[in-house]
Amino acid sequence: MSRITDLFERKELRVLNVYCTAGYPQLESTLPVMSALQTAGADLIELGMPYSDPLADGPVIQASGLTALKNGMTISILFEQLKDFRKDVSVPVVLMGYLNPLLQYGFEKFCAQAAQLGIDGLIIPDIPMFEFESEYRSVLDKHGLDFIFLVTPETSEERILKLDSLSSGFLYAVSSSSLTGSDKDFTPVESYLQRLASMRLKNPVLVGFGVKDKATFDMACEHANGAIIGSAYIKALDGAASIEKTTEDFVNTILK
Amino acid sequence: MNSPQVNKYTTPNEQGYYGKFGGAYIPEMLVRNVEELLSQYLSIIEEASFQKEYQQLLQDYVGRPTPLFFAERLSKQYRTQVYLKREDLCHTGAHKVNNTVGQILLAQRLGKKRIIAETGAGQHGVATATVCALKGIECIVYMGSKDIERQAPNVARMKMLGAKVIPATSGSKTLKDATNEAIRDWINNPNDTHYIIGSVVGPHPYPDMVARFQSVISKEIRQQLMLKTGSELPSHVIACVGGGSNAAGAFYHFLEEESVQLVAVEAAGHGVDSGMSAATTQLGRDGILHGSRSLLMQTEDGQVIEPHSISAGLDYPGIGPLHAHLYDSGRGTFLYATDAEALEASFEVAKLEGIIPALETGHAFAALKKLSLTEKDIVVICLSGRGDKDLATYMKVMEHAD
Repeated sequence: MSRITDLFERKELRVLNVYCTAGYPQLESTLPVMSALQTAGADLIELGMPYSDPLADGPVIQASGLTALKNGMTISILFEQLKDFRKDVSVPVVLMGYLNPLLQYGFEKFCAQAAQLGIDGLIIPDIPMFEFESEYRSVLDKHGLDFIFLVTPETSEERILKLDSLSSGFLYAVSSSSLTGSDKDFTPVESYLQRLASMRLKNPVLVGFGVKDKATFDMACEHANGAIIGSAYIKALDGAASIEKTTEDFVNTILK
Repeated sequence: MNSPQVNKYTTPNEQGYYGKFGGAYIPEMLVRNVEELLSQYLSIIEEASFQKEYQQLLQDYVGRPTPLFFAERLSKQYRTQVYLKREDLCHTGAHKVNNTVGQILLAQRLGKKRIIAETGAGQHGVATATVCALKGIECIVYMGSKDIERQAPNVARMKMLGAKVIPATSGSKTLKDATNEAIRDWINNPNDTHYIIGSVVGPHPYPDMVARFQSVISKEIRQQLMLKTGSELPSHVIACVGGGSNAAGAFYHFLEEESVQLVAVEAAGHGVDSGMSAATTQLGRDGILHGSRSLLMQTEDGQVIEPHSISAGLDYPGIGPLHAHLYDSGRGTFLYATDAEALEASFEVAKLEGIIPALETGHAFAALKKLSLTEKDIVVICLSGRGDKDLATYMKVMEHAD
């Protein structure tokens, strides 16, 4: 059983997934941030691999990625940093990134190494569904990695079912058709999440985009298995004196 | 990727691939927008009422057909026969408007109330602002904050035409970032907004759609050449390539005519190996940018490299998937011209023909020196735009020369 599936067997509700950018705020922050998130009570970690042109991210996460790139972060360096991370981090970790850097690294090599390091799954928002089926799915299966697709309020019911069937671990429900860290009103999202809940999907659902505080986390959790917080945490890390303290305070405000 | 292709080069397959390039590498948030367009663009374009309105506007508003001009002194200089396709005489001063006229009519038929666009040099932004004014539709243009500084006249034009110009301040603050910002806007406004991409780039069906709207260039060249030379087919067609929209339009109706040599000229900036270049086929590898697989200038780690060219319109780290396929298959001849060579060519055309071309087009003219041409050759150069917007750059060159 995958670490992610195991998590949802133990904990069905109020699962907190926090996004962080590898190599942010400092190149060497990757592991301290992950450890701090686990200690503070995050159930799952989404570790973003920085990319120069991240189409599916908002300005805060893009800026953190540019900082990480300036810090010198690459996939090779990240894998070096993650060499022994399973000694300290036991919560599931999914890597989020864009297809181009993975293709340049070599998709199969990437998956093999990630799996060997103890990574549990991938989120790559720009892989086309049909190519996933024809080219990538078998590679992920071979290395035992979960793959998480995104769905949005604009995604048709038929397509949601298809994306759910192709996903494993969990399904990422984009809260609205807007980008991460947006300040739009969260209320209209409820009916969409209710619709998802009524579809009896195969995977647990985590809600992302626009989840930024206790109120939005609680609301997301009313209709889904949990939520993903990204931009708000990246903002909190910006200029933080202590990663541990900042992370603890941040997670506490969400969970309390 | 298995559907049969009627034409080898002209039309992508059902998934939007030209050879191995193209496709739609987009996040789920864009899928609905792109699929809405994909499911309707061909049927809308083929409607009689659409064609009637499009052709009427091309004629009465854009000023088509644009002349095919025999450049006598240039021909003498290079001992060949040079014809210039005068896209610089289009309304707004470049070929870009052929596409924006088509897309605004499409947007209307899709029921869209709001138009977004990206622009580098500002030519596509101006062409978009123009058709939005014509149709009374709200227009938002994303432009890199660096480009806003260096292309002030075009920024003023867009504003005068009623468009809102939003600076792209992310990343390198140029065309690729303006494109990222426009795509983000589209994600945030999925229902009422149409995104008018200015080149043959982006996710399927954009490369095909923009190529179709620009294909009027080569359609006219064939007819005009027939009248002037007795043959529809030249020996060469030369065009500059950034993303590649004027080249796509100038090549389109010659793509399946293998006797016609298609010459694409990229911008080499300070030189291909200088680290300040935009010659994608020389420097790029297979990669993904702005939703399609193509050749891409990138680091070893797959991060997109910021290109350089003296002409903002060619300052793009990728190339349309059609062109990547022409390069990969050998159907196209890919040359490059440096900033200096393009400038020299622009000044030569000005002096010999009384036409001041855009800096982008200067790159196409620079190919005349690089090809071995004979007196029998019939060479058509796509004069994609006029040089008014580049006067500041040309003035600097003249100051240095004095």
